[in-house]
Amino acid sequence: MKINRPLYSLAIMILFLIVFAILMKNMANDYILSIVSFTGINIMLAVSLNLTNGFTGLFSLGHPAFMAIGGYITALLTFSIEKKPLFLPDLPQWMVPVHLPFFPALLVGGCCAACVALILGMSVLRLKGHYLAVATIGFLIIVQVFLNNADSITRGPLGLNGLTDFTNIYWVTGWVIVTIYICWKIKFSSLGRSMLSVREDEMAANALGVNLFYTRNFALAVGAFFAGIAGGLWGHLITAVTPNSFSLIMSFNIVVMVVVGGTGSITGSITAAIIFTLAYECFKPLEENFGIYGVGEIVMSLILILILIFRPSGMFGADEPAFVLGKYKHHNFN
Amino acid sequence: MDLGYLLQQLINGLILGSMYALVAIGFSMIYGIVKLINFAHGDIVMIGAFTTLALMETAGLPFPLVASCVLFTGCAMGILIERTSFRPMRGAPQVTGFIASLGVSIMIQNFGILTLSAQPRNFSFPDYMQTMLNLGPASFRVVDLVIFLTAIVLMVTLMFLVKKTKLGMAMRATAENIDVARMMGININKTIMATFAIGSGLAGIAGLMWGGKFGQIDPLMGFVPGLKSFVAAVIGGVGSIPGAILGGFILGFSEVLFVGLLPPIYSSYRDAFVFGTLIIILIILPNGLLGKDMEDRV
Amino acid sequence: MLTIKNIDVLRGKTHVLHQVDLKVGHCEIIALIGANGAGKTTTLKTISGFLRPAKGSILYSAHKDAEQMDLTAMEPEQIVAAGISQCPEGRGVFSQLSVKENLLIGAYLRSDSEIKEDIQSIYEMFPILGERLNQVAGSLSGGEQMMLALGRSLMSRPKLLILDEPSLGLAPLIIESIFDMLKKINTQGITILIVEQNAVMALELSHRAYVLETGKVALSGKSADLASNPQVQKAYLGGE
Repeated sequence: MKINRPLYSLAIMILFLIVFAILMKNMANDYILSIVSFTGINIMLAVSLNLTNGFTGLFSLGHPAFMAIGGYITALLTFSIEKKPLFLPDLPQWMVPVHLPFFPALLVGGCCAACVALILGMSVLRLKGHYLAVATIGFLIIVQVFLNNADSITRGPLGLNGLTDFTNIYWVTGWVIVTIYICWKIKFSSLGRSMLSVREDEMAANALGVNLFYTRNFALAVGAFFAGIAGGLWGHLITAVTPNSFSLIMSFNIVVMVVVGGTGSITGSITAAIIFTLAYECFKPLEENFGIYGVGEIVMSLILILILIFRPSGMFGADEPAFVLGKYKHHNFN
Repeated sequence: MDLGYLLQQLINGLILGSMYALVAIGFSMIYGIVKLINFAHGDIVMIGAFTTLALMETAGLPFPLVASCVLFTGCAMGILIERTSFRPMRGAPQVTGFIASLGVSIMIQNFGILTLSAQPRNFSFPDYMQTMLNLGPASFRVVDLVIFLTAIVLMVTLMFLVKKTKLGMAMRATAENIDVARMMGININKTIMATFAIGSGLAGIAGLMWGGKFGQIDPLMGFVPGLKSFVAAVIGGVGSIPGAILGGFILGFSEVLFVGLLPPIYSSYRDAFVFGTLIIILIILPNGLLGKDMEDRV
Repeated sequence: MLTIKNIDVLRGKTHVLHQVDLKVGHCEIIALIGANGAGKTTTLKTISGFLRPAKGSILYSAHKDAEQMDLTAMEPEQIVAAGISQCPEGRGVFSQLSVKENLLIGAYLRSDSEIKEDIQSIYEMFPILGERLNQVAGSLSGGEQMMLALGRSLMSRPKLLILDEPSLGLAPLIIESIFDMLKKINTQGITILIVEQNAVMALELSHRAYVLETGKVALSGKSADLASNPQVQKAYLGGE
């Protein structure tokens, strides 16, 4: 059993990303750079959702809520102290002097998202299937309502804007590498194999002593952490965070990426994220020029439904493609 | 807190509850028979509302005819959705059906945005509907009375259909055990289609009511009411029609009382309240109040 | 009446039935016995149209002079309409419908005026059902549910009655009374195909029998002969 091959592939992927980033920074214009950054953020979202959904069959539609938590907290922490009274006059006193540089702010945002995920997980993770999915939608809406109404902290529907554009291609690439590396290592570890087994057959996993509840909670928290980071990056890319951007539509779009790429396949999520971000960028001008708003989403949903009917395992199925795995075989618990 | 105010809130709750109940019935019926959540159900409400608008303003048809057309349109949409997105999913894992259903809903919403633009439209019922009536210190409009009475009539008709007719028996048998139902010679394709048609017809009428009650419609209007009606169905116990009716009224009353009795600063939190209730019910009472299905849990 | 010719049936990738041949003659009682996993339920599901054989044919004629139909080309609803009624494994009564409604569902495909009469005769056959006619079927005991399932199948006035392990989970006395009832039904002209793990009673009831082992017909013949066959005795009758 050659363990080396997947590790090789991962190393190559990481190298490629670094080289790509350097090239892009030096050659491409700002517009292309922002598209690449969006792509990177989508990759983070897809891969982290894949961890939660794909490995454990757990259906969480609350990902944008974790993005929002991470995004808002990062924004509040990086907000310059002078600006705060102007934008947020009613901010609670203890929050005003708190100010962190970008990287720690991101981490705090991600950790907060993960903590909320643990709380959510404790409450709802005993539910199954679509009941769990609906509970996560409920969670998303609750978060949206709070963001829209806790004016003193979030500025309500206006959101926070005028954020410093810290995000650049190096930050994005760095975090993409971290996300892929960690999710990859988890998948190919013994913990990862136990997660796969949960997805395949719950009763068997139970019999083997795999603690379903904690495994699922872990998956949710890790996924939420990266979503939170992605939220922070996103906010500082477009220099604003608003409640409406973190909606069920975004949830749906990330799900489409994961399903089309193949739930369980990291390569699949990466590929699908790239394809969809690019497709989205093509649709946007089309929609604006011809006034045909909504066409992009219609096409996305159509593709999703067709894939679900005719090729439900997505592009790469539940695993990495052959050229990545080589002769590596996951242990089966049959 | 005077009695008049309370009475007014109760009346408002009754009206809102009637609409939630109608939509929740459709959810429960569909879930009961195919064990899948139909996300697009809320969007059928939207289609019902827009159809009403088109028929009344553009074609200027009399109201009873419009209502029948809307009912029919709802049925047709339900059948279309069943054929194109639920039947191919039969046998697939639950979550696959769930995402597909979500996809259909988003497709319909965006189709609405594409063809009708996201701008809200004004909805106007004939003038006599707006006449005010009084019940002691509380007041309501004719349209409210029409909504309530129509809802009751539809619910009673439906209960009769389900409990006393052959089709109703077939629907209940198929919902309980689809394989044995086939062994009895029941054509499950037709039975499932009929369920979707009836449930969706009710949703279409609810759209007509919604437009009449709130006066404004837009392509995304179906999403939140649809989801809230799902909450109502869960409260009552998914799969149970009396449960859906009960849940619809409970939700209607709770939502109105939440807004009416708490200080105004909290009223925009009502959606959070509704979905918080959903999560709590799913955790502590997953079968709802009247439901019998056993859902397996971890 | 029923001729199963050389069928192969696969479920997913598993090859369950191999070249199975089976004949059911008019007014016979045929038993299909075998261990768990031998393929008995798969055979019944194939007859009723829920599974399709990869190879072979199933021909059926409702009575002696009727034309033969190929069941493998028919939908389950059509097969029921042709006069084949199955009593599924575990009884399969609709626990949320009343006793009366369960019987009415049995007559789902009928539209004639004699349905009420038939329900009466079921009540005469099984008086306990008459007592409980408005109760939900889920509140009945195992034996009562078996009677209900049997009555329900009879409501479609079948020519061929198929039963999948009717004795499962029932007390011996009740099994006896059910089997006595089956004998009576057979004398009234209904052909019976019964699948059983309880080989003793199945061989006692039936005229001829087939023994199914890992998807193949291992033995067949007159039930009396099979009952005294030493192989069968050792494997299925617990004797020597």
